[in-house]
Amino acid sequence: MTKNFKWNKKDLLGLEYLSAEEITHILDTAESFKEVTTRDIKKVPALRGKTAANLFYEPSTRTRGSFEIAEKRLSCDVVNMDMKASSITKGETLIDTGKNLEALKIDIFVIRHSNPGAPNILARNVSASIINAGDGFHEHPTQALLDLFTIREKLGKIKGKNVSIIGDITHSRVARSNIWGLKKLGANVTICAPKIILPKFAKEFGVKVTDKIDVALKDADAINVLRMQFERDIADAFPSKEEYFNQYGISEERLKKAKKNIVVMHPGPINRGIEMSSEVADGKNSVILEQVTNGIAIRMAVLYLVAGVKNKVSS
Amino acid sequence: MKTLLDKETISRTLDRIAHEILEHYKNPSEFALVGIRTRGEFLAKRLQERIEQFSKQKVLLGILDITLYRDDLTQIANQPMLKATEIDFDITGKAIILVDDVLYTGRTVRSALNALIDFGRPTKIELAVIIDRGHRELPIKADYIGKNIPTSKEEKIEVRLKECDTKEEVVLTEK
Repeated sequence: MTKNFKWNKKDLLGLEYLSAEEITHILDTAESFKEVTTRDIKKVPALRGKTAANLFYEPSTRTRGSFEIAEKRLSCDVVNMDMKASSITKGETLIDTGKNLEALKIDIFVIRHSNPGAPNILARNVSASIINAGDGFHEHPTQALLDLFTIREKLGKIKGKNVSIIGDITHSRVARSNIWGLKKLGANVTICAPKIILPKFAKEFGVKVTDKIDVALKDADAINVLRMQFERDIADAFPSKEEYFNQYGISEERLKKAKKNIVVMHPGPINRGIEMSSEVADGKNSVILEQVTNGIAIRMAVLYLVAGVKNKVSS
Repeated sequence: MKTLLDKETISRTLDRIAHEILEHYKNPSEFALVGIRTRGEFLAKRLQERIEQFSKQKVLLGILDITLYRDDLTQIANQPMLKATEIDFDITGKAIILVDDVLYTGRTVRSALNALIDFGRPTKIELAVIIDRGHRELPIKADYIGKNIPTSKEEKIEVRLKECDTKEEVVLTEK
């Protein structure tokens, strides 16, 4: 890490657009914020006088809550917009919504949208900072950053570590952002899923691909287990949840064959007994709740960094 | 460029400040040192070593990063690099001696006071600096001063310490 590194991006749209140095800078900054979250008084005045609007076009409880806590701990004023009940139902376009909110002098937009690239469109059209809180199947950068932060905290570094991502990768923005981040920081990435839902894009990323769970667990220093989205079309590929658990679920027996100190992650919400057993989710290798705590530090770091960029050029 | 303090003088100055603090408190358990990053941290460590050596008792030491409390955060371009604050003891009920290299406008100390108070309620807060160069913009004064140096605003004072710089000296330069 160079000492005089200057962050100069007004937006956080995805890890695809960041350099290894920029990602490391966010992780380093988050370490300072993690200390703030351990204090009795967990609030610092860094973003006093700024306003953030949380625009959630898709339902979200934890990401939205996590962003709101992060904003408040930085002394940033917060406006939560329930976009389902807003003028979007009256036909207003995303760009018009953005420009109107900007006229209210909002400094930072946190946006979740079902269309991939929606945050990018907004970033090109408003001078406020845009933070992507998940866009379709595209990216979920703050989730990947908190995963990277947790891996670095647990394993000391990311470079050279073996990380397996298991589950419905094709439909996962978490997986996509994680793969970008892990590859840029020099990890060896394996993705594992039933053949029928293995992503076509895997080759371009330069990741190892397998449909065998034991291959994904062998030699892994960390695993990131994704939520099986049975409400989506996977149901056709995997008619029974029990069947999925039998073949791919992380059980204690399977974990016994892995490295003793393997780090077990899950972005939540967990389907207990489908992608992971309760014993594993609550077991000694699980860092699932630490991920949630680290999410606050990561989001504080991202808010702090983008808010400091004065030269508002769209990226 | 003019050398104000050399290596030996810096060392003697710190010896003197350490003695002054001990004279004032008698018992090191009554106070804790808190260095303001970057150079205040190293000066506080040196004071800690000296006071422990002179008194044969342990002295608590904390490190404070004041970045998030700066009053110019909204004015400067790009956020400055953050470093963690490390205060792993309860400051409530203790006197805190803040340590920094140069006292100038007083704005850094103002930020440090706000930051400290987020950690608890000290019985009092004092300030120790190597150089007081005047030009205060806030009603703040130091309790322990290495050297008073009258300066003009066009001049610059640099404290160089072996922990982070190649040399060990205090110099005055024109901007």
